[in-house]
Amino acid sequence: MFLMYFTEQPMSAYPEDEGRKFGATALMFSNKHFDPIAGSRLYNERLAEYMLAEEVGFDAIMLNEHHTAPYCMQPRMPVWSSILAATTQRVKIAQLGNPLPTSDNPIQIAEEIAMIDMISKGRLISGIVRGAGTEQLANNVNPAYNRERFEEAHDLLIKIFTEPGPFRWEGNHYQFRVVNPWAVPMQKPHPRIWVPGVVSMETVIWAAQHRYPYIALNTTIEATKKIWEVYDKAALEVGYEAGTEQRGYLIRCHVSDTEEKALANGRQFMWMQGEFTGLGHPVWGGPSGYSSPAGRRQRLMAPKRAANPYEKQLDEMTIIAGTPKQVIQKLKVIMEETRPGIFALWGNDGNVNHEDSKTCIRLMGQEVLPALRDIAKGLGLKDPFELDTPVSLKETPKSQLRVPA
Amino acid sequence: MPGTEKVVEIAGLKVPVWSGGSGPTLLVLHGDTGQNGWIPLYERLSKRFTVVAPTHPGYAGADIPEWARHPRDIAALQQWLVRDLKLNRPAVLGLGFGGWIAAEMATLAPQAFGKMVLVGAMGVKPDKGDILDQFLVHGVDYVRAGFHDVAKFSALFGAQPDLDQLEAWEIGREMTTRIAWKPYMFSHALPPLLRGCDVPTLLVWGDDDKIVPRSAGELYARLLRTARLEVVADCGHLVELEQPDKLAALVEAFL
Repeated sequence: MFLMYFTEQPMSAYPEDEGRKFGATALMFSNKHFDPIAGSRLYNERLAEYMLAEEVGFDAIMLNEHHTAPYCMQPRMPVWSSILAATTQRVKIAQLGNPLPTSDNPIQIAEEIAMIDMISKGRLISGIVRGAGTEQLANNVNPAYNRERFEEAHDLLIKIFTEPGPFRWEGNHYQFRVVNPWAVPMQKPHPRIWVPGVVSMETVIWAAQHRYPYIALNTTIEATKKIWEVYDKAALEVGYEAGTEQRGYLIRCHVSDTEEKALANGRQFMWMQGEFTGLGHPVWGGPSGYSSPAGRRQRLMAPKRAANPYEKQLDEMTIIAGTPKQVIQKLKVIMEETRPGIFALWGNDGNVNHEDSKTCIRLMGQEVLPALRDIAKGLGLKDPFELDTPVSLKETPKSQLRVPA
Repeated sequence: MPGTEKVVEIAGLKVPVWSGGSGPTLLVLHGDTGQNGWIPLYERLSKRFTVVAPTHPGYAGADIPEWARHPRDIAALQQWLVRDLKLNRPAVLGLGFGGWIAAEMATLAPQAFGKMVLVGAMGVKPDKGDILDQFLVHGVDYVRAGFHDVAKFSALFGAQPDLDQLEAWEIGREMTTRIAWKPYMFSHALPPLLRGCDVPTLLVWGDDDKIVPRSAGELYARLLRTARLEVVADCGHLVELEQPDKLAALVEAFL
């Protein structure tokens, strides 16, 4: 069982009434409301929390990237990855993930990955994502070619990692006269690539076809099971049986010493979902051409996205909040039902303060992580490192692949 | 008499073409909100012209040219269609985004058109203001912004347009995304090329065009040596839907 700590790194220090007045806290919500003094404090609090997460026994710190969004203070994930590469000693750095299509230069991404992998002495997991809808607008990258760019940038990245340069790349969306970065990853054949996602079954299938672990981001138990059904089927079709080592799951989970406090802080997850100030905007979140045509009518019919109420999310366990004993019980249910080998605990969000965040991380380390490892042992939930799983289908020896029936 | 729709094939793509009427040929190129069928404007124009109104490849009902990346690619496809349909030096009426495509066609082959009418055309960067960015607003709100009088929008599409209509607009937005994402709705190459175009041109702008600033029309008027600009009162961007009779009268007088 591979256990990660995650926070969205909320920029919670903006005037909430301004967000309410504007009606959305994304893309066009003015950065005049960004207070860099508070920002500096928040960044440094996060650093202390990440250091603590390493100390208490997490296997990895999971990072992500969003743009023009108060809910995430991390517009450049490689910056945080670099900081952690230098300040931590043991913990792995899980980038989940690099938004490939939003970059016009995947070589730069390869250079960053290589540098971070070397500086961290081989502790990088270089996940990849398509990037959410708003990211396409924030980076002004054509959403209609998002998936094509994702796949092409991935192919280029893998070629960079596995073949010596210089070579030429004349692709559909990317062209380079010379590909020859003078920085290559320390891990061979390359750092592990994991693929996080929420809704797109095309991405689930794509991840399975490449034998990349898929990290389901806080989906309901039912939706998660559906994801694994699709993943497992796609895996069999390309010749391997998917196991727990391909299954990752991120859960919002806040721990405190009293149930009352945990539930109060847990409500802050709703901050992220816009209960307090409004968050997304259906047009910015799903620009035309970004999603598959098959779901077009459904998307047009869907009402403005609103988060399920807190109580409902507690009921269906997409948010867990409680004392260590209480959350262990619930996490056990998720582990039994969905069998992940990679588990990420999204501990703190919104306005949860630094002290409570540290308490949460400490209690996780003292009580929750050891319990989860025991449960995982009983359930046989193994991760890719324990099993030394090949990093991809391409890197899987042919002899290990079954000939599809 | 209502026009009829038939499907033709260009570049391996099935493309519906509306046509009807009699007289000299008038090629009509629709805007980015798509083809709205045999609209009253077409009906009136068909009394004096043979109206031929192809759907742009990629817009609702037509196959998507997966390789197309720029409105000029659509212009090349429409040029192909003009040749296949044996339209001999037609006049062209380009509506909004279709005006941009017509302008591209005119720069590629100025001899291909007898005369040209561009209505609220995209394609050039306005001196003042920006072209309204549809990708930041709901599809339905973008169409609504095309009207001076919202009541006319509601009369045509209903206050809350149905799902089929929303989907047709969305398909159009998806195609527009593919070919006009960046720079948004203008070409750096078009202005210098327009200077070489000598097609007699009428420019028509709604006086309340909230989508393409009138300064774009004034720029077109300066770039095309044989153009003049007419402004339609009480009218938004979608002149063809909001003031079809006024537009038809201008077209008839000019052609």
